[in-house]
Amino acid sequence: MSETEALESMVGGEYKYGFTTDVEYEDFPTGINEDIIREISRRKDEPEWVLEFRLEAFEKWKQMEEPDWPNVEYEKPDFENIQYYSSPKKKDGKKAESLDDVDPQILETYEKLGIPLQEQKQLQGIAVDAVFDSESIFTTFKEKLAEAGVIFCSISEAIQDHPEIVKEYLGSVVPKGDNFYAALNSAVFSDGSFVYVPEDTVCPMELSTYFRINNMQSGQFERTLIICEDNSHVSYLEGCTAPQYQDNQLHAAVVELVALEDAEIKYSTIQNWYSGDEKGQGGIFNFVTKRGHCRGDNSKISWTQVETGSAITWKYPSVIMQGDNSVGEFYSVAVTNQRQQADTGTKMIHVGKNTKSTIISKGISAGESNNSYRGLVKISPRADGAQNYSVCDSMLIGQTCGAHTFPYIESANPTAKVEHEASTSRVGEEQIFYLQQRGMDEDDAISLIVNGFAKEVLQELPMEFAVEADKLLGIKLEGSVG
Amino acid sequence: MLEIKDLHVCVEEDPSEEILKGVNLTINKGEIHAIMGPNGSGKSTLSKVVAGHEAYEVTQGDILYNGESILELEADERAHLGIFLAFQYPVEVPGVTNKNLLRQAYNTIAEEQGREELDPLQFEDHAREQLELVDMKEEFLERSVNAGFSGGEKKRNEIFQMAVLQPKLAFLDETDSGLDIDALKIVANGINELSGEDNATVLVTHYQRILDYVQPDHVHVMIDGKIAKSGDKDLAIKLEEKGYDWLSKDASVL
Repeated sequence: MSETEALESMVGGEYKYGFTTDVEYEDFPTGINEDIIREISRRKDEPEWVLEFRLEAFEKWKQMEEPDWPNVEYEKPDFENIQYYSSPKKKDGKKAESLDDVDPQILETYEKLGIPLQEQKQLQGIAVDAVFDSESIFTTFKEKLAEAGVIFCSISEAIQDHPEIVKEYLGSVVPKGDNFYAALNSAVFSDGSFVYVPEDTVCPMELSTYFRINNMQSGQFERTLIICEDNSHVSYLEGCTAPQYQDNQLHAAVVELVALEDAEIKYSTIQNWYSGDEKGQGGIFNFVTKRGHCRGDNSKISWTQVETGSAITWKYPSVIMQGDNSVGEFYSVAVTNQRQQADTGTKMIHVGKNTKSTIISKGISAGESNNSYRGLVKISPRADGAQNYSVCDSMLIGQTCGAHTFPYIESANPTAKVEHEASTSRVGEEQIFYLQQRGMDEDDAISLIVNGFAKEVLQELPMEFAVEADKLLGIKLEGSVG
Repeated sequence: MLEIKDLHVCVEEDPSEEILKGVNLTINKGEIHAIMGPNGSGKSTLSKVVAGHEAYEVTQGDILYNGESILELEADERAHLGIFLAFQYPVEVPGVTNKNLLRQAYNTIAEEQGREELDPLQFEDHAREQLELVDMKEEFLERSVNAGFSGGEKKRNEIFQMAVLQPKLAFLDETDSGLDIDALKIVANGINELSGEDNATVLVTHYQRILDYVQPDHVHVMIDGKIAKSGDKDLAIKLEEKGYDWLSKDASVL
């Protein structure tokens, strides 16, 4: 299977990924308390310092209240009713060393999702970490990456095998008490990916993680940590799907990126969690904290996201530009249809001199959905010559959806330059008629209009995915015009 | 080729407002027709109805294309038959290049008509040839459809699209309005070059001046939702001299 086919099946069509895999899970109680956290840590055989990290976070979380400032409406999750650890039963209780040890049903699941893990079928040029509920199932191309000195494994393995690196960086970008859901994640985080690229290294392949929530009752508390040492470079892509359930499920992730001097991290997301049905029943609550830290001079962190799924998307992938001349970028397409809600955007924090950030946000709303952009550009007093350029465009399809823009700008340095542009347009009858008159059917017409609108963002995706990502947007919006 | 019979049309949202009140018109292969008339007479509506715009409802009569009614066909299905409309106000499609739009359009129509589709390189050659016709530079292909175009560029782009798509029946809705004399000559030249024995062109226009450059076989005057008078080129000249009033009076007598 080619990468393009893989992406197509990852993002395509009516929701094709709503199926459930019937696997046996390890028993684990629902609810959250200190004993539960100790038990998670024990099952993962973690060193003492990780347990302490979790418990401290839990203490902080208990003191916090769920914020209600975002422009979304939902029934707050019942935290006692969530299962915080959900692992398929493993042979002799260990992570699979080879594919022979992986439950064939799970292998089949990934194959159905277009992400085959078997060696002969693996995606060429892309290493994949497959995370199923709370557990990393398998990571491909590990040896090949190791030859280049790149570590790519699950965070649980990294805690076992590279504790010194994890200890140095975990929680260093998103502190344990950063916000309500980040604190919860820090207390109960399950699995996620760990990437370490040593000095002077260009990672030889695209890295990607494929997240799958299967268990109805479990939440997913992914924790990802990517570190790029001096003068190194990595491109990472994550994809997400989940089955169709009546109830909402919680995905509360924390992603931390650290770029040292002259390093560059490109992080792309194609998020296609189950978004609920047309009445707004079910779907994933995607409440995520993603932050990158340009710690070294001349470093660069770039977020690209194509957000099409989830009942609610609530996240602001951000960059702290501490190093002089460092660069932060945020390219986003957020599509909401039916009853979906999104409040997403970014924070660009300029600390170093001559730091530069770019924000390109394209929101597309259809059906009865609500789509908000919320962004902060902050220039600190010592960030001489800082520059920001922001474009926030909204597109409305139909008469019953909403689009909102909340830009915040705080500049404490008079030499800084901040530019903000915003526009709202409606896909009109005339636009569709024009394209239909040229021979395209209505769905192709909408697809073309939407892809044109989102072009600046789509072209930021890794090459292998860019072309096919085009199709996703059109498919997502099929039939959205009466 | 096209037969419009006793066509009555109203706006879908307001059925009480009849815009076309019994239009009859026959257009044969190889002909150029001009439909003239004052503002609000229904000329533009007629072109949009033939192209299949959903905002209008046909309440009576029929439109036959090669002997078959097209009233039930969607706009794209009519385009597949070779019907083209050059828009009075061409629509902007930001982020989509002229080239991409036209290649997709060309291949969709070719597929429907059982003709050979063109790969990107073949298409580029085909498109480049047509650029000369409207005196456009190659970069025109890479620009977003009509986005940031001047009024004249938009109109020339419509003719360019017509040249690329090679329709059988083209309605040009006020393609001549808002053009300076040089642009008008370019557009007229494009229309002449594209007219042949196998296709037909209908110029919907306000002014006689484009008819100095394009010779119509038939001229029709539309007043108050009906064709008030048909004739040859001399009719257009008479209109230029006398305006539309004498016809309005005529029409009311009828």
